[in-house]
Amino acid sequence: MTAAQALAVVLWLAVSCYALLGGADFGAGFWDLSAGRSARGDRMRARIEHSIGPVWEANHVWLIFALVVLWTGFPSAFASIASTMYVPLTAVAVGVILRGSAFAFRKAVQEPASRRALGWVFAAASVLTPFFLGAVAGGIASGRVPPGVASGSVVGSWANPTSWLGGTMAVGTCAWLAAVYLTADATRAGEDDLAEAFRARALATGVALGALALSGIAVLHADAPVLFGGLTGRGLACIAVSAAAGLASLGLLWRRRYVLARPPAALAVVAVVWGWGVAQYPRLLVGGPSLEAAAAPGPTLHAMLWASLAGALVVVPSLAWLFVLFGRQGPGAPP
Amino acid sequence: MLGATAARLATNRAFASAQMGFSLGWHVVLASFGVGFPLLVLYAEWRGQRSRDPVYAELARRWSKVLGVLFAVGAVSGTILSFELGILWPGLMGRFGSVFGFPFSLEGFAFFVEAIFLGIYLYGWDRVSPRAHLASGVPIALAGLASAWFVVTANSWMNDPTGFRLVHGKVTDVSPWAGMLNPATPTETVHMLAAAYMVTGFGVASVYAVAQLRGRTGRYHATGMRLGLAMGAVLAPLQGVVGDLSARYVASHQPVKLAAMEAVFHTSRGVPESLGGIAYGGRLHLAVRIPDGLSLLTHFDPNSAVTGLDAAPAGTRPPVNPVHLSFDAMVLVGFFLLLVAGWSAWAWWRRRSLPGTRPYLFALVAAGPLAVAALEAGWVATEVGRQPWIVYRVMRVSEAVSPAPGLWVGLPVLLVVYAALTAVLLVVLRRLAATEAPGAQAAAPGSGREADLREAGP
Repeated sequence: MTAAQALAVVLWLAVSCYALLGGADFGAGFWDLSAGRSARGDRMRARIEHSIGPVWEANHVWLIFALVVLWTGFPSAFASIASTMYVPLTAVAVGVILRGSAFAFRKAVQEPASRRALGWVFAAASVLTPFFLGAVAGGIASGRVPPGVASGSVVGSWANPTSWLGGTMAVGTCAWLAAVYLTADATRAGEDDLAEAFRARALATGVALGALALSGIAVLHADAPVLFGGLTGRGLACIAVSAAAGLASLGLLWRRRYVLARPPAALAVVAVVWGWGVAQYPRLLVGGPSLEAAAAPGPTLHAMLWASLAGALVVVPSLAWLFVLFGRQGPGAPP
Repeated sequence: MLGATAARLATNRAFASAQMGFSLGWHVVLASFGVGFPLLVLYAEWRGQRSRDPVYAELARRWSKVLGVLFAVGAVSGTILSFELGILWPGLMGRFGSVFGFPFSLEGFAFFVEAIFLGIYLYGWDRVSPRAHLASGVPIALAGLASAWFVVTANSWMNDPTGFRLVHGKVTDVSPWAGMLNPATPTETVHMLAAAYMVTGFGVASVYAVAQLRGRTGRYHATGMRLGLAMGAVLAPLQGVVGDLSARYVASHQPVKLAAMEAVFHTSRGVPESLGGIAYGGRLHLAVRIPDGLSLLTHFDPNSAVTGLDAAPAGTRPPVNPVHLSFDAMVLVGFFLLLVAGWSAWAWWRRRSLPGTRPYLFALVAAGPLAVAALEAGWVATEVGRQPWIVYRVMRVSEAVSPAPGLWVGLPVLLVVYAALTAVLLVVLRRLAATEAPGAQAAAPGSGREADLREAGP
């Protein structure tokens, strides 16, 4: 494996972690938005706040880390993506700041009216942010970010069928992951009625997401032939794993095995992320240079890899302590 | 067609610079509290555990809530900057990301540590033992220091780019370590870190000085004021030394920036130190001049030569007024803070207590906002003083900016978002300050300490 490939793996690990952990936090905001004004809705919101409060900031760092790896390890790709996609990325940036601030503010104030208003901002931003991130992913995957600075269409790159699919899938995936995680969180807290409510939501979103993915096949076939070819070729195994894991997770949810439903749910999401990567390999941008040609010079790649290794030695045990302490024992951990 | 593109580039350049400057200037205040405040909170918690003094314990509890808000807003406002680096300056990132991006990845890990342990610290009060809780705060303070250091090395690289060679316009011989440890790094990072602790310290002292002026003179507010002040006052003299070293570094490595900071138009000997004034028509008007002052300060020789702006070819000179005036403002505030520190130290040395007089408290009230102003002024001096370069003498800002159409919209959007954010942040911080101390009822009735705590309320 070359250094460029190794750093691409680090990048994709970061993207996967962000999808699983940051994604679930966004999804929690989705359910916060739709919890309604009833007493049970308030208890749902309290459960959500309790679940993501201690961890969301750590989960958010995966996004920053992925950005940093991209611009240091593959600078030209970062420049192309950020300059062509500046509209949705500005929306993401605004979403990130509104989501995080509103969540922190809501925790700090008591008045119900202020809390409701802040909660609404938190929840709306939690839906918009993953949508635009998914739209960016869809634009990249469908070859709408050509190499070079701002060489793609600043509107068409993200306002297109694959981006709509990517955005909707991202919101749906976040909501689904959050509902799956929250069933177990609610059960552990003894709130069985909430667990039932989250179970119903997880089942519904899971089915909707499956239907969306199936119809997405037609969208990709028509709109993103290169990606379609990759996903049905080299990436097919990943897609098959994702489908199987998604079904397994739904089955376990149906049988109320909430903790057991987590690992396959996470696997289903990670498999899609890696399927995309495998389908597009060896190019970060469709029609762009190969991974090796786009990568930073050797000394930078080596410094990044060593730093990632050293960083992992510090961050992984710390994250483990955080998750163990606050109950969400990671998407793949046993109860 | 070509004219339209050039006009768009000029517009993009102006708006992108304003947007970056604005979001950076906003973030750096929050980031400063993210670096400095954990140390104060931890100190209060440690004193509270050691002495079982409920005033310290209460300060730690309440401050940790404030820390939670400030850190969250600081974290997300910092994330925007990551996006902006690529959205606004793709020319810089695409060409030099591999040279100066590395410290950002180290910062990423430091930031992981901050965020993880902040989660444990904020939510772990009742989940871990008091000792473990205190210990969980230590990584926040250390990683806060480290992450600020790493980020500032990236900026110092832009001032003094090293770790690569340009061969026929191509970047080769890249060494990310050499890029990070460039000659500007030692002074710039330490200067900024000291500034972060000073902003936190004087900022906290300022809040409690306001409370004292409003008649809340109990131990709770006095202690809060003292802790903040101690941090600011210890750093103030050190900052004087570091600031002097920074200026000397700029004089030797970025003489044209120093010329703008000191408004020196022509290279000459025996240059006076000019304070204030307005530059127009190639001269500085209305300034207070100390004869030979700048020559003496820079080279310890009243007749030494100081490089002027005319040393740089026309078109590569920074604008004088914003750089000179903000530099002078920063130095002026620095002396004021030094005075406040000296006044406090004198009183403490003589009477083991701080003055309760109104002039002193007013000086403290002013110290917080002024420290923030000095922080901003310092950044204006260093960033505007580097113009028109984004990478000093290597890449112009106009070569780095994105040519994308409609880029200017970002600035008004962010201005609206940040205006709302600032307003709500201030309201939330006021509410946090006004909530009655929850521990007030817990203290033994009739004890003096209970009265101290009750005063924490409105």
